Amino acid sequence: MRTFSEKLVFDYSTPKTLLIKLSGDWKISAGFLSVNEAASQLSSHPDITQINFYVSPELKWDSGLIAFLLKLIKECGQKKIQVARDGLPQEAQKLLALALKVPEKAIAPQKEHESFFEAIGEKVLKMGDSGAAGLDFLGDIAVSLGRLITGKLYVRWDDFYLLVKRCGADSLLLVSLISLLVGMILAFVASIQLKMFGAQIYIADIVGIAMVRVLSAVMTGIIVSGRIGASFAAEIGMMQTNEEIDALKTLGVSPVEFLVIPRVLALVLMMPILTIYADLMAILGGFLISIWMFHLNPSEYLNHTQLAVKLNYVWIGLIHSFVFAVIIAVAGCLRGIECDRDAAGVGRAATSAVVTSITGLVIATAIITFICQILGV
Amino acid sequence: MESKLQAVIEVQDLDIGYDDYVVMKDLNFSVNKGDIFIVMGVSGCGKSTLLKSLIGLKAPSRGKVLFYAKSFWDEDQTERQNMMRRFGVLYQSSALWSSLTVGENVALPLQLYTKLSYEQIQDVVALKLSLVGLEGYEDSFPSGISGGMCKRVSLARAIALDPDIIFFDEPSTGLDPINARKMDDLILELRDGLGATVVVVTHELASIFAIGNNSIFLDQTSKTMIARGDPKVLLANSKDPRVIQFLTRGRINDEQKGK
Repeated sequence: MRTFSEKLVFDYSTPKTLLIKLSGDWKISAGFLSVNEAASQLSSHPDITQINFYVSPELKWDSGLIAFLLKLIKECGQKKIQVARDGLPQEAQKLLALALKVPEKAIAPQKEHESFFEAIGEKVLKMGDSGAAGLDFLGDIAVSLGRLITGKLYVRWDDFYLLVKRCGADSLLLVSLISLLVGMILAFVASIQLKMFGAQIYIADIVGIAMVRVLSAVMTGIIVSGRIGASFAAEIGMMQTNEEIDALKTLGVSPVEFLVIPRVLALVLMMPILTIYADLMAILGGFLISIWMFHLNPSEYLNHTQLAVKLNYVWIGLIHSFVFAVIIAVAGCLRGIECDRDAAGVGRAATSAVVTSITGLVIATAIITFICQILGV
Repeated sequence: MESKLQAVIEVQDLDIGYDDYVVMKDLNFSVNKGDIFIVMGVSGCGKSTLLKSLIGLKAPSRGKVLFYAKSFWDEDQTERQNMMRRFGVLYQSSALWSSLTVGENVALPLQLYTKLSYEQIQDVVALKLSLVGLEGYEDSFPSGISGGMCKRVSLARAIALDPDIIFFDEPSTGLDPINARKMDDLILELRDGLGATVVVVTHELASIFAIGNNSIFLDQTSKTMIARGDPKVLLANSKDPRVIQFLTRGRINDEQKGK
C-alpha cells in the first residue's frame, strides 16, 4: 500500500494487479497531482500487468482528474500495462475514450526556436529582399503613374478627396502647434549666443533660414509619418488580413493603382502646403518670443526675416517636403501590403512604416543638404 | 410546466436592440441542464445579438437573464465576471489569438484562473486538444492550420475551464459536411462527458435535427420568438408556415407554387 495523499492510494494486495483508489477533490481549481511520482512507483513494481480503479463515492472531479488519468494511461501503454477503465465514473470513461481517439497527424508548421545568431543571419539575408521589394514597388507606382497620365487609370476621386482632407486639413492643428513651438525654441536657443554680441536681431535670420530651408519640412515629415504613414500601413494591412486585397487582385484591379496611387498623390499634394504653413507658424513663433522676451522691434524683425529668407530657400524646403511625402506614402503603403495576416502583423506594419519613413527622411535630408552644398545654394 | 430547479438559463421578458432600434422583443424561454438548446432563425434575425446578451457582452434593453436563478445583469461587475468564467464560448470566426500558439491559446484561461503549475497546465492543454482531436498541435500557430482546425482549437479553449454552459455561435459555418458532422458529434460527446449545458446558435438544418433537443425560433418580421420546443416535434406538429418553411428549406412553398 502506498499513499500519495488522501486523494490517491496505490493498493498492491492482489498479485500482479494494482488497485488505484481515488477520492477527494480532483477539480482543476483544487490542483491535481503530478503523474511523475506515480509513474516512478510503477517502475519499482515491474511485475504489475493490470491496473484497476476504485472510486470513492465522494470523489469530486473534472478535467483535472481526466488530465491525470490520460497521462497515466499513456505511461502505462509504454510499459505494456493493461488499464481497466470500468471502475471510473461513466462520464470520465466517455471523456477518456474521446481523448484517446487516434489524433490527426500533425503536419502544420511548428514554432521554430532559432538561436540568436541564426536570427541575425536571417535578418541580414532578408534585408536584400526587402530592398528589392521596395524598388519593385516603386517601379509599380511609376508604371501606374504613367497610366494615370495617359488617362488609362481608374481613380475613385471621392476617396482621393477624403485622403486629401485626412492628410492636409486634419493635420493642421498638430502642425501649427509643433511648428510654433519649434520656432519659439529656436529663437530661445539662438538668443543665448547672440545676446553676448548684442546681435539679437539675427534671431530673425536664424529662425527664418533654418525653418524654411529644412526644419519645417523635417518637423512636418515626422508629424505626418506618425499620423498618416502609420494609418496607411494599418489600414492596408487590415485589408490584407481581411482578404480585401486578394478580392481586388481577382477583379483584375492592381492594389497599387487602387490603393497606393491615391494615397501617394494626396500626400504629395498636401505635404508642400503643410510645409509652407509650418514655415509661417515657425516664423510667427520666433517673432512672438523676440517681441515679448527680448523686446525687439516688430517691423525690424520682419524686415530681417524678409532679407534673410531667399526664394531659393523656399524651393529647397519644398523639394524636401516633396521627397518626404513620397517616402512616407510609399513606406506606409508598402508595409501595409507586406503585412502578415494576423493582428500582431498589423501592429508590426504600422511600427515598421514609421521607422522606415523617419529613417528615410533623415537620410534624404542628409543627401539633399549635401547636394545643395555642392551646388552652392 | 418545466421544473424551476432544473433550469440553467432562464430568459424573462427580454428585449434586445441597439439604441432605439429593437432587434428582438418579449423573449421568454428556459434552458435545462444537459439540454442542447438551439436558437434558430433566418440570417440577420438577431440570433447573434441574443447570444451576445446571453454571454454578457451586451446589456439587454429590458428583461432578465437568469443563470442558476441568479439575474446576470443585476449583479455587479465582479460577480458578473465570476459568472462569465463558467461559460465557454465558441465564436463564429474562431477568434483565436493570432500571436499565440494553439497550446498557448488553450492555456491562457488556465493561467489566468487556476493555480496549476506549468506542467499541470500542459497536461490539461494536452487533454483538451486531444478531446477535439488535435493532440500534438500545441506549437502550431492559428495561421498555420485550417479553418476547421481553428474552430476545434477554439472549442478546446472554450472548454479549458470545464464550463457549465457552452455557447456555440454558428459552429458549422465554413466547414465541409464531414467536418460539420464531426463538430456535431463533438458537441454531443462533450455534453455527455463534461455534463455541460449547450446553447447553439445556428441555421444549419442538419445540425439542428442531429443534436438539438430543445429550441426557439426567432422571426424577423414580428421581432420575437414564434415557436419553441424540440425541433423534430416542431417539424412534425407546427402549423406556422414560417417555421415549416425554415425547417423544410422552403420546400412547402415550392410545392404550393408547383400546384
